Amino acid sequence: MERHFDVSLRELKEQLVAMAGLVERAIDDATQALQKRDLTKIAHVHEMEKKVNLAHKAVDNSCLKLLALQQPLAADLRLIVAIIKINTDLERMGDQAENIAYNSDRYLRGLPLKPLIDLPVMAEEVRVMVRAAIDSFVKTDEGLAREVLSRDDKVDALKNKIFRDVLEHLKDQPEMIEQGLTLILIARNLERLGDHATNIAEDVVFAITGEDIRHSGSMQTIKKALESK
Amino acid sequence: MYSLLSTQNLSASFGSTQVLKNIQMDFDEFTVSAIIGPSGCGKSTFIRCLNRLHEEVAEASATGKVLLQGHDIYASDVDPVAIRRKIGMVFQKPNPFPSLSIFDNVAIGLKLAGVRRGAILRETVERSLKLAALWEEVKDKLNSQGTSLSGGQQQRLCIARALAVEPSVLLMDEPTSALDPISTAKIEELMTELKKTVTIVIVTHNMQQAARISDKTAFFLLGEMIEYGETSELFTAPKDQRTERYITGRFG
Repeated sequence: MERHFDVSLRELKEQLVAMAGLVERAIDDATQALQKRDLTKIAHVHEMEKKVNLAHKAVDNSCLKLLALQQPLAADLRLIVAIIKINTDLERMGDQAENIAYNSDRYLRGLPLKPLIDLPVMAEEVRVMVRAAIDSFVKTDEGLAREVLSRDDKVDALKNKIFRDVLEHLKDQPEMIEQGLTLILIARNLERLGDHATNIAEDVVFAITGEDIRHSGSMQTIKKALESK
Repeated sequence: MYSLLSTQNLSASFGSTQVLKNIQMDFDEFTVSAIIGPSGCGKSTFIRCLNRLHEEVAEASATGKVLLQGHDIYASDVDPVAIRRKIGMVFQKPNPFPSLSIFDNVAIGLKLAGVRRGAILRETVERSLKLAALWEEVKDKLNSQGTSLSGGQQQRLCIARALAVEPSVLLMDEPTSALDPISTAKIEELMTELKKTVTIVIVTHNMQQAARISDKTAFFLLGEMIEYGETSELFTAPKDQRTERYITGRFG
């Protein structure tokens, strides 16, 4: 027999998935604006981001009501806690999409520093990560969530490569420093999107298994993180 | 952490019907342990075995061991009445003695044990009522009947009565199920205070209550102890699917 609570939980999940859809569209539009030099997409990103903000408050409100009225436990409790955290990540992802749109707008109004080369590759990698993180939530798929985690290193490596690449170009064209910094900012925005996707995947694993896998990377990963600081 | 009370292969029956199967549990000193489970799972029978009240029911029997400080309370030379002084009990419905005053309700255990000196009785009654967080409310009417108090006060009176003989373990069988939320909150606060001096085992149907007040929780089902662990863990990530299904309201 299905519980009334299950219906409420399903509606809450649907609310979050709809919000995730808005975030994905905002990210797509923001990255496409840069790649296709299409400023009309930037306006779309702003619209999406406003909707994401509204959804952010609505999801939090639903979670608060369910916590107060149903006093959930075990898997129900973990799911709602995970949704509260994923909700925060999605809202910040909306902000990052807007940052990418803002930085792309600035970049497109000036002369191009260099062919974008790795930025589209990085954007695609992030898009796949975000999609997989959201899919792992929708399908309650622990394996898929863990796959997302393994992709984050690649995104970080691409960001570092873009940083080096831009710096090389700036050595020859120091007058283009503003354009170079903008590209670095966009790479940084994409990297943050990857981090948020990682957070979502960690929360999905927690919701499914109860295992808290945050900050538990291999020693190699931890060493690398320490070295890069 | 010192394990004050333990059960080893504890089984219990009513006639030919077995209601508890090989329960193995350790209760650490100065902790609150909650027993949860659906009606008929054996949780009340279990705590009634812990102070030999179960055997007072006709055709009831128990096998296995219950160890208090390492000594089997079912050993042939043990007096069950003496055990019930060391392992006190509070029941679902407050049950003060109707013909006795508040003072005598608390003093009765000591009087039955032969204590006659007024000073000792007065001191014990005051200390027990203070421990039960009732003193301030009744200190001016100690000669009134115990039954003149409200339901919540009567239950705290019963707790004071149990504490007067200085038990090392206090068993509580759904002690707040007949009380309003304010009285319930007072008893819950009290339990958290009491565990500084006494080890508490509580049976409750209220899972939020178990979550709020206990250090460890056990889930019973059909006479078996399914899972026993840290309360914070059992209510967030239970190990057994049956526990998960019960605490999320999917059966029971």
